[in-house]
Amino acid sequence: MQSIACQKCDLVHELPPLPARATVLCVRCGSVIFRTKLDTINRTIAWTIAALVLFAVAITFPFLDIRSGGVERQTALLTGIREIYRQDMVGLATLVLVTCVIVPLMQLSGLLYIFIPLKFNRRIPFAAVCFRTFQQIQPWGMMEVFMLGILVALVKLSNMATILPEVALFAFGLLIFCLAFAVSSVDAHHIWERLEELGHD
Amino acid sequence: MTEWRSARQLGMVLCHDCELLVNWPALTAGQSAACPRCGAHLQQRKPNSVRRTWAFVFSALILYLPANLLPITISSTLGEVQSDTIMSGVIYFIKTGSFGVALIIFVASIIIPLAKLAILSYLLLSLHSRTTWRPKDRTRLYRFTEAVGRWSMLDIYVVTIVVALVKLGVVANVDAGPAAIYFAGVVVITMFAAQSFDPRLIWDVLEDSHE
Repeated sequence: MQSIACQKCDLVHELPPLPARATVLCVRCGSVIFRTKLDTINRTIAWTIAALVLFAVAITFPFLDIRSGGVERQTALLTGIREIYRQDMVGLATLVLVTCVIVPLMQLSGLLYIFIPLKFNRRIPFAAVCFRTFQQIQPWGMMEVFMLGILVALVKLSNMATILPEVALFAFGLLIFCLAFAVSSVDAHHIWERLEELGHD
Repeated sequence: MTEWRSARQLGMVLCHDCELLVNWPALTAGQSAACPRCGAHLQQRKPNSVRRTWAFVFSALILYLPANLLPITISSTLGEVQSDTIMSGVIYFIKTGSFGVALIIFVASIIIPLAKLAILSYLLLSLHSRTTWRPKDRTRLYRFTEAVGRWSMLDIYVVTIVVALVKLGVVANVDAGPAAIYFAGVVVITMFAAQSFDPRLIWDVLEDSHE
């Protein structure tokens, strides 16, 4: 019988064998202790690859079309960030870069790094460190907040200029969903058990 | 099912990274233990949780003042310069009829940080008073604080995006004001505060009072 302790109140629970889509709740404080996921390896790899493809599109294609006073300009995501660095807002630009580009990329590449070998029943070196890092940086991925920020910024600028969405913006919107689904299809407990079965680095 | 006990009472510890339940080894001063499965440093409770959380809460409260009193955006159109604080930006949205956006910014930038700080302060005080009042609801308050914190980052992104778009367009000039970095500090520090608080301490008080 497997045992676990609640992360919020430390109560120890003995667990029966669990179905593929279960939620384990703490009997004392009601918090979710963990959830089991269906087909975690395949689904995570699928969503992660989708997200990475969309990421590539979101970065390389134009983001927005701005028209004002007869002038029309297209902007891309990275040129925008570079512009903010040039404006000497180093702190803010770094914060945006880390929470909206670096952390999501680390999450996606980290997942592929661990999950693809697992699909072939192999454990890649440094899998444990990689997966631990993945779990620790999770609170710092804020792409959904960034998306809402774009919408609010567009409202703010709507009376100054005409702004039209471009390919990269739609890719970005879809990317956020794919990233969220990728992260939520990870069954951490199952992965740790598989890694343990396959031995140590 | 035998009597319910916590990991601490059973002399066990939950690895904070891989959530494996292991026996807590007897350690002498200076020794540390690593999780056999993932190598993480084993801790029964978050180290110095109360002290660190108070430090973060006070720091965030101090930064909250310049974050809201100084301007967060400075717009100049045809020679006319307008500075906006977070609050005056909300009022501007209300005046121009974007009530939805005004509400979103108001909640994300003013309500949520204050609520997080108030809740964490309350939880810390409840630990100091060693009360056993409503632990389940206090745990719920903590889970809410953890979940909601990142949305305060919204205004930081709005300012960054507006500045970037305006520089790249041909419109008026918008610059981020000094409040921006202070507000970013408030959001980041309140996130650290929520991470450093250990909700198990609430239940430790309960267990200690029964014994």
